[in-house]
Amino acid sequence: MSAGRLFGAVLGRDLRLAARRRTEAMLPLVFFAVAISLFPLGVGPEPQTLRVIAPGVVWVCALLATMLSVHQLYAGDLADGSLEQLLLAPHQAVWVALAKALAHWLVNGLPLLLAAPLAGVLFDMSGPALLALVTGLALGTPVLSLLGGLGAALTLGLRSSGMLLILIVLPLATPVLIFGAGAVSTVEAGQSAGGHYSLLGALLIATVMGAPWATAAALRISTE
Amino acid sequence: MTWMPPADKAPVLSAVALGGQRGERPLFRRLAFSLMPGQVLWLRGRNGRGKTSLLRLLAGLSTPAAGEVQLDGHPLRALPLSWRERLLYIAHANALKDDLSVTEALQFLGRIHAGDGEAAATPLQITTALERLGIGTMRSAPVRTLSQGQRRRAALARLALPQRPSVWLLDEPFDALDTDGIAVLNGLLREHARAGGSVLLTSHQALSLTDPLPQPLDLDAFGVAG
Repeated sequence: MSAGRLFGAVLGRDLRLAARRRTEAMLPLVFFAVAISLFPLGVGPEPQTLRVIAPGVVWVCALLATMLSVHQLYAGDLADGSLEQLLLAPHQAVWVALAKALAHWLVNGLPLLLAAPLAGVLFDMSGPALLALVTGLALGTPVLSLLGGLGAALTLGLRSSGMLLILIVLPLATPVLIFGAGAVSTVEAGQSAGGHYSLLGALLIATVMGAPWATAAALRISTE
Repeated sequence: MTWMPPADKAPVLSAVALGGQRGERPLFRRLAFSLMPGQVLWLRGRNGRGKTSLLRLLAGLSTPAAGEVQLDGHPLRALPLSWRERLLYIAHANALKDDLSVTEALQFLGRIHAGDGEAAATPLQITTALERLGIGTMRSAPVRTLSQGQRRRAALARLALPQRPSVWLLDEPFDALDTDGIAVLNGLLREHARAGGSVLLTSHQALSLTDPLPQPLDLDAFGVAG
């Protein structure tokens, strides 16, 4: 299937570009680490309070880190003419949208999972709670990358697109935030978080099926 | 009975009563032309007349305000997506990523445009194409380090690859090229036309191509009054 070749080419190129601009690719992760470290400093060192706010803080910071990095997802390709060429490929642009979202997740979402244990130390989280946090992030951050890609495509070429993107995507991302943070609280209350994971999984499936098509349509409109 | 042109001389790409606009402002209307196999059309018009807009319409990147674009007599929107395999559009922007090497950038473009069962350009073929354009020594250099003229040559190296589509849409291909580069591009255009390919290009400078002689297509003639 040569649609797979288009997908592979875009994914491979974006990963290669990220590897060539390592400092730039690291910035969202640094932002995430710095932002979550501010909370224990600001709120005070009460372990009880920190444990309560931990899931919400980590999720909000993950959401913001994703929004900051997804902003540039299509802007570079638009500026140098690559986007036009991608839209001229003899396949649906949905493959481009899917590949770019996956590349974004691998470069920006996956490192957040690896950095989450840092939150465990900072917020004095228990082992099971930390596991619930990481599981939730694993299911939720791909949704954020996909929704972010859609927002980036919709705001492509607009002035103040960064702020607009955040305003468009944040409301769409609230279910992920609620169930992701909820999973941790449930585990801390001694219950099973299975229901939360199922809902996050369902959100992921729905976004994988829907967002790339919407992104492809938005790209066509933005470049018209 | 209607007269039918001989099968080998049917237009490849044609515009039928095409209207284009930028935002709310109409650019041209009732534009009609046919691009035949072996023909080089020279799209002319003053700045802001919509030359690039027309190329984008023909490439299917935007939808016309009126009329339609036809490939082999079929409207673009009715064709399966594989029609795009027959088209090569080189825009004003070179579509080369700064952080990739010249070969990597061209390989990427080759991969995304390759159709079903068609092999994408190999590094060896790309090197040969770059040598033809006179920048063979730059093949491993990052695009970032190339001059404007060298970037243009690298983008035009797509025309010298063995897997070349039959319809070329070139937006200001002679831009930033020196005399030597212009001669190479003329050679590529000649070869393509002789092999039955068609070219539609824009250029604000006079063309030095004589074989085939480019047919002018004047956008000013289809302009909207005022």
